[in-house]
Amino acid sequence: MAEKNVRYLNPISIDTQKEKYCRFKVKGIKYIDYKDANFLLMLCNEQGKILPRRLTGTSLKYQRKVAQAIKKARHLALMPYVADNLH
Amino acid sequence: MNRYETVFIMTPVLSVEQVAETVEKFRGILKQHGGKIVHEEAWGLRKLAYPIQKKSTGFYQLLEFEVDPTAILPFETEFRRDERILRFLSTRMDKHHVAYAERRRNKSYAAPEPLAPAPAPVVAPDLTDED
Repeated sequence: MAEKNVRYLNPISIDTQKEKYCRFKVKGIKYIDYKDANFLLMLCNEQGKILPRRLTGTSLKYQRKVAQAIKKARHLALMPYVADNLH
Repeated sequence: MNRYETVFIMTPVLSVEQVAETVEKFRGILKQHGGKIVHEEAWGLRKLAYPIQKKSTGFYQLLEFEVDPTAILPFETEFRRDERILRFLSTRMDKHHVAYAERRRNKSYAAPEPLAPAPAPVVAPDLTDED
């Protein structure tokens, strides 16, 4: 009932997705450090899985390096292999 | 000669002197093979993201060195033999990695913060939702 009366001041933005970009290309980061777990955590979901390129916008070249870095960090127990509620 | 970086984790049961002794041992092995240590970092006792050999903490140590590639195999064998070592990882550094490591060193490096404590065991979901 009440829902029908809801009015929006601005039209709801559908399909106004932000332009994706590769953060490594833009910032000129050439090497992704596996020791910096806090940074790598940004590229993981809350279960500790590596986020896909289609969500982060990383270019293929750097996505491969990200994946390697995360796997190294997991080996050294700097990041978990599995987790719940990382973020 | 290549530039390498090794991070290894020692068991938390060691005393401070024993940690120093272990690190000294691996430094000695590198010197035997004609290696040159470029940089060292002791991260101290850190919490592990998951238990290794039933230990939840460990002493982290980083060694950056230059050595012939033939020396890596015996060097890593020593890590495997040593019971004080929980984990180790050696990486050959490319030019970007070397540049990064130098920048990081100059930034008067602060030890990385220990990870947040391991998440508490999953609590059984509330079954009171259904009315």
